[in-house]
Amino acid sequence: MSQSAILPETTPLTSAISRWPDRSFRWLAIGAACMVLLLIGLVGWQLSRGAHLAITTFGPGFLASSKWDPVTDEYGAWPFIFGTLLSSLLAIVIAVPLGVATALFLTEMAPLKLRQPVVTLIEMLAAVPSVIFGLWGIFMLVPWLRDHLFQWIAHSWLGYLPFFKGPIYGVSMLAGGIVVAIMILPIVTSVSREILRSVPNLQREAAYALGATHWEVIRIAVLSYAGRGIFGAAVLGLGRALGETMAVTMVIGNRPEVSASLFAPGYTLASVIANEFTEANSDLYISSLFELGLVLLVVTFLVNAAAQLMLRTLTGQGMGKIK
Amino acid sequence: MLHAKKILSLALTGLVAVASVAVASVAAQTQITGAGATFPAPIYTKWFSEYAKVDPTVTINYQPIGSGGGQKQILAETVDFGASDGPMSDENLAKAPRALWHIPTVAGAVVISYNLPDSPKLKLDGETLANIFLGKITNWRDPAITGQNPGVPLPDIGIVVVHRSDGSGTSYIFTDYLSNVSADWKSKVGKNTAVSWPAGLGGKGNAGVAGQLKESPGSIGYVELIYAKQNKLPYADLKNSSGNYITPTIESVVAALATATIPDDFRFSMVNAPGADAYPISGVTWLLVYEQQKDPVKGQKLVEFLKWAYSDGEKMAASLDYAPLPDSVKERVLKRVGEIKY
Repeated sequence: MSQSAILPETTPLTSAISRWPDRSFRWLAIGAACMVLLLIGLVGWQLSRGAHLAITTFGPGFLASSKWDPVTDEYGAWPFIFGTLLSSLLAIVIAVPLGVATALFLTEMAPLKLRQPVVTLIEMLAAVPSVIFGLWGIFMLVPWLRDHLFQWIAHSWLGYLPFFKGPIYGVSMLAGGIVVAIMILPIVTSVSREILRSVPNLQREAAYALGATHWEVIRIAVLSYAGRGIFGAAVLGLGRALGETMAVTMVIGNRPEVSASLFAPGYTLASVIANEFTEANSDLYISSLFELGLVLLVVTFLVNAAAQLMLRTLTGQGMGKIK
Repeated sequence: MLHAKKILSLALTGLVAVASVAVASVAAQTQITGAGATFPAPIYTKWFSEYAKVDPTVTINYQPIGSGGGQKQILAETVDFGASDGPMSDENLAKAPRALWHIPTVAGAVVISYNLPDSPKLKLDGETLANIFLGKITNWRDPAITGQNPGVPLPDIGIVVVHRSDGSGTSYIFTDYLSNVSADWKSKVGKNTAVSWPAGLGGKGNAGVAGQLKESPGSIGYVELIYAKQNKLPYADLKNSSGNYITPTIESVVAALATATIPDDFRFSMVNAPGADAYPISGVTWLLVYEQQKDPVKGQKLVEFLKWAYSDGEKMAASLDYAPLPDSVKERVLKRVGEIKY
């Protein structure tokens, strides 16, 4: 394989024994890599097995149907798919600019003494359990959004847009997006920071030498160099946003409805599974929840694949290293 | 190398010792496992820990995984008993390998809570409640509400309906009640642990609903009586089938139990019970037990426990805000427990 090209030829002096760690490490690494594939495969297989009844009953119509009625045993996934995609998109739109700006501040502007404490604080944010964000969301964020931010949006010119119409409950698609944004902020920030730190100083110095201002240095020398890495950070954040369950469940309103307004309550795939699985009492009901799990797996896979594809077409190269 | 061998042999000896102790204790102990409903979990946990003092040879493990899970596990016989807040459907019961019995244990009430200025005591009837949850009544000044509450200052604001987003026995009892009092609700929504709610927001668990209620002015929702009491939430008096407005209490739930029609298989609904003092939204919770027990020792111990639960155990119910079964019902249940074969 490719390793053999890198590894030095075995000289007569090195016996079979000293090659042994090399070989065992190689098999260990291959085994670990296969294990990941195997796990994904098993998860997919188990989900499809559980979803079999729902798939044969509803067919592809399941994906497009908006009905979710355990009483009449009719199920459809569309409001949940919509909610998952929209809340994750909102989270990314909010978290990426914030995260990148924070990372820029930490690598380019902050006084050296301040950097480490802020980094530690951000990483602590990642350690806060999901349910804490949810409770904080219900008791602090949502009331504030309802009484202040949402009122302000509704009464400004933005209120004329279809995205900000309808009654304001506080719990809403937008509240869900904001909470998830806060939750993915640490990963977006720390990955972006690592990327920005890996930008060689030579880049910056060259730009300064040409008479660029601080902002121009950041824009031309740093951001354009780190663009692909930052895109990767966004994809990582998106992956987490898609699967986020508890905190979203607590602030999104749990209403299986497709609405253009971000003030309206919504529902996500992960939330409905967490909410209804324990008490699901008919076979078709459980099977439909399994199919939602399968849909979530496929959606996550497709979104990630689309992101990779976008990256490839943007740069004409594969991912993996910084140019 | 020698050192490592020594450690290994020591570890092995230790392992054998631990294993033999474990085997010894298993031999002396009968382990009974159960799983299911979350609503009665506090009292079941109390019962099992108290019963361990009565009969130290029995350990009962209970996993509150939800009624749906409890039904599944007892059908698959992975547990010795199941527990459910809603009666099993005929379809599910038909999957049982042999006769599976519903044994009612305690009852609880579901109360209507709300967020209004100064938390007034409200009076509501079933029809109004159904129309609120159907999204037909949308303002607190609606004549249907003000008509029942003369003199109560109601604000001119919209009603925010809050319901459970997770599947739950509480939702089952509540939707069972609404189906019972409103033909409209019965045909449009129906009853289940989770339904397609025509209006409102979903909160996860009692805590989620209470959180939404607390934070949204003008909201109305339903929670278990225990939960409302512990969290000092206001709750409404409801009009029962005799036309009286009844405050939810343990006594008014027992009154409902005493007058509910209870069939021989104990799969009954006690919502809107006919008694003059009966609170209308209440329900029992069941243990699910096979008539023919597989393991004679476990079966015997389980029956002994159940007999204890209906004599001494029921006395603990009120202190945990559950309604015990009235004597008339208890007698019938005990007779059934005596018929369990092992």
